[in-house]
Amino acid sequence: MKRIIARREAVLVVLLLAEMAAMQSLSPLFLTPDNLIEVVRQSAEIGLIALAMTLVIITAGIDLSVGSIVGLSVMTMGMLWEDARLPLALAVPFALVAGALLGGFNGTLITAVGIPPLIVTLATMAGFRGIALGMSQARSIRNFPEGFLWLGQGYVAGIPVQVWILAVTAVLFHLGLTRTAWGRSVFSIGANEAAARLSGVPVNRVKMQVYMLSGFMSALAAVIYAAHVSVAKPDAGLGFELTAITAVVLGGTAVSGGEGGVLGTLIALLMVGFLRSGLTLARVPSEAQDMMVGLLLIIVVAIDRWSRRAGRE
Amino acid sequence: MTSERIPPTRFALWRQYGREMSVGVFLVLLVGYFGTTPGFLRADNLRDILINAAPLVIAACGMTMVIIAGMIDISAGSALAVCAVVAGVTSKSGASLPTVILLPMLTGAVIGAVNGWLVAGVRIPAIIVTLGMMSVLRGGVIWWTRGEWIGNLPPSFSAIGRGEVAGIPTPVLVAIGIVVATALLLARTPLGRHIYAVGGNPLAAARMGIPVRRVLWLVFVMHGALLGLSALVYASRFSVIQSNAGAGFELLAISAVVVGGVNIFGGQGTVWGSAIGGLLLQVISTGLIFRRVSEYWAPSVQGALVLLAVVADALRTRRARR
Repeated sequence: MKRIIARREAVLVVLLLAEMAAMQSLSPLFLTPDNLIEVVRQSAEIGLIALAMTLVIITAGIDLSVGSIVGLSVMTMGMLWEDARLPLALAVPFALVAGALLGGFNGTLITAVGIPPLIVTLATMAGFRGIALGMSQARSIRNFPEGFLWLGQGYVAGIPVQVWILAVTAVLFHLGLTRTAWGRSVFSIGANEAAARLSGVPVNRVKMQVYMLSGFMSALAAVIYAAHVSVAKPDAGLGFELTAITAVVLGGTAVSGGEGGVLGTLIALLMVGFLRSGLTLARVPSEAQDMMVGLLLIIVVAIDRWSRRAGRE
Repeated sequence: MTSERIPPTRFALWRQYGREMSVGVFLVLLVGYFGTTPGFLRADNLRDILINAAPLVIAACGMTMVIIAGMIDISAGSALAVCAVVAGVTSKSGASLPTVILLPMLTGAVIGAVNGWLVAGVRIPAIIVTLGMMSVLRGGVIWWTRGEWIGNLPPSFSAIGRGEVAGIPTPVLVAIGIVVATALLLARTPLGRHIYAVGGNPLAAARMGIPVRRVLWLVFVMHGALLGLSALVYASRFSVIQSNAGAGFELLAISAVVVGGVNIFGGQGTVWGSAIGGLLLQVISTGLIFRRVSEYWAPSVQGALVLLAVVADALRTRRARR
C-alpha cells in the first residue's frame, strides 16, 4: 500500500512540473519568485483546512461545514474584539476554541448519535453560516491593528508568515499521521471501522478528535484569512470546503477511507493554485477556472479508478 | 423495503406511513403557529406558499429517488441554474411552447446521464462526482451568460409559471402530477422496486439479477429531467433569470427529502414524505418573513430542522433495535 501511495505522489510531482511548464508558456510572468510565493500565500488558508480534511477523509468521513466554520469563527473573533472590547490576544484564542467546539458538535452527532458525516456537515454548513450571518446581521468588521494584520501580510526571512504556519503544521500532521499510534488508528478506522473497534481502537474518541481538529484548523485559517484581507466578514470561507476536498482527493486520499496522506494533499493544493494563477495571468475568467478545477477533480479520480481496475485485471 | 406486506391491523396505515403522517401533523401545527400572525392564513398567501414550494417539491421527487437508491447529488442547484438559463434562452429565441418545455428537461437529463455514467459506469463516489459537477456547471453557466441576467422574457414564457388551469396555478398542478407519477413509479413498477433494492443492499440486489448500474444511471437521468422541469417552473415565475439562480438549492432539496423521512442510507422512504417536507420548508421560510425574523437566520433554521429530523430517526431506529 505504501508503494502505491509513493507512486501516486511521484505522479503528482511530475504533473505539477508539467503544469508549471505549461503555465510558463502561457505567461512569462508565471515562473517568477514573487508570483510563486504569492500563489503559496493564496493557498495557505485552504491548505490548513485541507490538512485536517485529509484526516477526516482518511477516516472515511467528510466535513462540508469547514467554510461555514471559517465564517462563524471569524465573526466570533471580530465581534468579541469590536463589540465586547476584548483584546485580540484573547479574541483569537476564543475563536480557535469556538472552531474546535463547532467541530466537536459535528463529531458528537456523528459518533454518539450515528448520523452519516455527509448529512451532519451538510446541515451544519447551512446552520453555522446562518448563525454567522444572523448574529452579525451581515456586517463587516475592519480596522484591525497592524500587529494582527502581520499574521496574514507579514514576512519572516522573505517568506510570508502564513506559509511558515502552513509548513510547520504540515510537518506536524505528517508526523502525527505516519509516526504515531494515533495516526495508525486514524487509518485503521477508515480501512475497516468494525475491525478497528474490535482490535481496541477507541474509534469514537479518535473520530471526535479528528472533527474537532477540522474545526480548529478552519478557525485558524479564518484568523489568518481575516488578517490577510484586513476584514472579518460572515461570508468568509464560502466554497472553501470545495477547494479543500478537491486538494485532498486530487492528492490521492481515497474517499472510501483508509489510505492517503498530507503530502499528496499539499502537492495537489499547489497544482490547483498554480493552475488558477497561470490561467489568471493568461486572462482566463475565474468562472472558467472553476470549471477546470471541477473537471480536473473528476478526470483525476476517473483515471485513478481506471488504472486501479486495469491493475486488478 | 416498503414492498413487504404488512398484515392489515387497525394501525396498518400508521405503521406504513407513520413518519409521513407525523411530518404532516407537524406541518399543520406549524401552519397553525404562524397562522396567529395576521395575514398568514389569507387565501392568497397560502396560494403563494404552494406556488413557491412547487419547484422545490418537483426537485425533491427526483432527489428522493437518488437518495432511496443510496446516492446523493449536490450539483442540483448548479444544474437548476443551467436548465433555467436554457429555458430562458430557448424561449427568447422564439421557439414553440413544447420546445421551451422539453429542452430544459432534456438538458437536465443529459447532465443526469453524465453524473450517472460517472457514478455507475466509472464508479466514482456520487459525492465526488457531484462536487466536481457543481463547480463545472456553475462556472459554465456564469461563463456562458457572462454573469449577466437574462431579461426581456416573452410573455408566453411567464405564462407557464403564472398561468392557471381551472383556478389552480399551473406550478401547483405540475408539482402534484409529478409527486403522483413518482410515487406510482416507486411503489407500483419493477423499476421502482429495483431502486429500493439497490439502495437497501446493492450486493444482494446484484445477486438477485437486478441490473444495478443501469438502475442507478436511470435514477440520475430521471432526477436530471425533473430538475429541468423544476428549473422551468422556477424560472418562468420571474421576469429575469439570474446566473446565480439555485445557489443552495441542492441543500433545500436534500433537506426536504430527509425531513420527509427518506432514509439517508438508502432503501427506505416515500415521495409523499418528501413533498410534505418541501411544503414544510416553504411554510417555515414564509412564516419567518411574517414573524419579521431577519432572513439571515433562515439557513440556521433549515439546518437545525434537518438535524432534528435525522437525530429523531436515529434515536427511533436505535430504540426499535433494542
